[in-house]
Amino acid sequence: MFCRTFRDRKTRALVVAMAALTLATVQAYGQGGRGPAGPPPTAKVAEAFDPTGYWVSEITQNWRLRMVTPPRGDYMGIPMTAESKKIADAWDPSKDEAAGNQCKYYGAAAIMTLPERLHITWQDDNTLRMDIDAGTQTRIFHFGDWKAPEGKPTWQGDSVAAWASRRSPASRPPPASRYLQVTTTHMLAGYLRKNGVPYSDKAVLTEFYDPIQEPNGDMWMIVTTTVEDPAYLDQPLILTAEFKKQADATGWEPTPCSAKW
Amino acid sequence: MARVYDNRPRISAGMALAILIATGGPAFAQIDLSGMWASRNYGDALQNQPGPEPIPVDYVGIPFNKNGLTRALSYSYSQFSMPDRTCAFYSPAYLVIGPFGMRIWNETEPLNGSTIAWHIGGWEDLAPMTIWMDGRPHPSKYALHDMSGFSTGAWDGDVLTAYTTHMKSGIVRRNGAPHSDQATMTTRFFRHGDILTVTARIDDPVYLTQPLYLTRTFEVSVVAPARTVGQPCTQVNEGVPEGAVPHYLPGKNPFLEELTKTYGIPADAALGGAETMLPEYRKKIKDGYKLPERCPRACGGPGGFPLRPN
Repeated sequence: MFCRTFRDRKTRALVVAMAALTLATVQAYGQGGRGPAGPPPTAKVAEAFDPTGYWVSEITQNWRLRMVTPPRGDYMGIPMTAESKKIADAWDPSKDEAAGNQCKYYGAAAIMTLPERLHITWQDDNTLRMDIDAGTQTRIFHFGDWKAPEGKPTWQGDSVAAWASRRSPASRPPPASRYLQVTTTHMLAGYLRKNGVPYSDKAVLTEFYDPIQEPNGDMWMIVTTTVEDPAYLDQPLILTAEFKKQADATGWEPTPCSAKW
Repeated sequence: MARVYDNRPRISAGMALAILIATGGPAFAQIDLSGMWASRNYGDALQNQPGPEPIPVDYVGIPFNKNGLTRALSYSYSQFSMPDRTCAFYSPAYLVIGPFGMRIWNETEPLNGSTIAWHIGGWEDLAPMTIWMDGRPHPSKYALHDMSGFSTGAWDGDVLTAYTTHMKSGIVRRNGAPHSDQATMTTRFFRHGDILTVTARIDDPVYLTQPLYLTRTFEVSVVAPARTVGQPCTQVNEGVPEGAVPHYLPGKNPFLEELTKTYGIPADAALGGAETMLPEYRKKIKDGYKLPERCPRACGGPGGFPLRPN
């Protein structure tokens, strides 16, 4: 039938070539086709971009709220509730330190906006590990059907990760670029801002990690964070941070949490 | 025999190409960016919300070179009062530092429906911006620069990347921190459902020592555009005598210590420079920073937020 329909040799050759190209394109993005059945690729194999390595944050916006401890009562930009303000007004960093809560500002909801370096590695094929030098914290991103174990909440909570697409994998053309999406729950209550603006242990964090590959080879990662907190926020809080990939560990300097500086 | 099949539908080379376009490669991938996007300024109101103006000499985190710093320190807010400068600071870079939301729509080619341009509407003080998607080249380097600049775009996967040249000199912070008319801007539009993250990289061989990355977020809005969205900047006359350009001579800017007095931040930091962007700069200012007892101005709080202009 093929030969009958595509009688012209040139047309036939063109269609064959284009069909091959189409298949190759779909396979290249790993989104379509009916390949042989088998286990799904691991998160490491299916990564949308290479997040591993050392990254440094560049603080070009909101500097006085991120690089130094902002003054008591500086809440501008945070859609806080009246209850949240009461708590923030009572901020006492010395009390936090005495109670062993000096890491309240280093929890998952705020930590990506700190001045810091990241060291990202694959812990295993489906687990991404992010070490952060500010506060010497570690975040673990679990891919696949990972289920959070029972236990006490932690500063960094439980994070479920996925390589996400902006369109349905079934869409045509198939999604061409993906990003890392992380959802974090089960966090200890902490601070959104170092001057005591709180988030509760009910907060849910959704993060988008978008890569930028510059023509000169520089790699950047833009992190967009949405914090939803029914207890202390009137509406979702959206924060952003930019990270530049480093060639090596230059500047990597783990430091302990500090409630005052 | 051949005649039998002549009546059957045949796939021509052109049709096959159309099928490939419809099913194929990333070059044709697009995400819809059109609609009304509300601003989500959850950061330093002094830098990016309407109302409180930023501290005049607050260049922390800007990789100024000596030229950039000199020009910044010469700036006086009173320049806004000059009819020819009322709109002079709002280049496309204002997209990532301004307070307003934006409206985006696409312009389609009438015969095949393809998007030939994305338009970003003007605001009260920002000129409209057109991102050409039809592959046209940028103008000659001798061509006129205007407040919109000239932008071309391409899809990098599902991320729209726009490249802007031919801008007039503008600002990278709302306190007059400048970029030159030789600056270029590369803007990425990352859509995550109802959230749009816009990151601009500003390269300026005249005033910056390295690229400056700035990011803003927007959220889909179902509210009709505010009056100010869609209205480009218009000149006003506030009575400044003709020929007078308010400015500060070198060494005469009276606000050099304003950031220190207000927020306790060392005066050296206020002058910016690439080192102020990096985490290790905290070590340098640790001993010089004096935490104010209370928030001195524009403190926000429940009810004071949101400032959510569309």
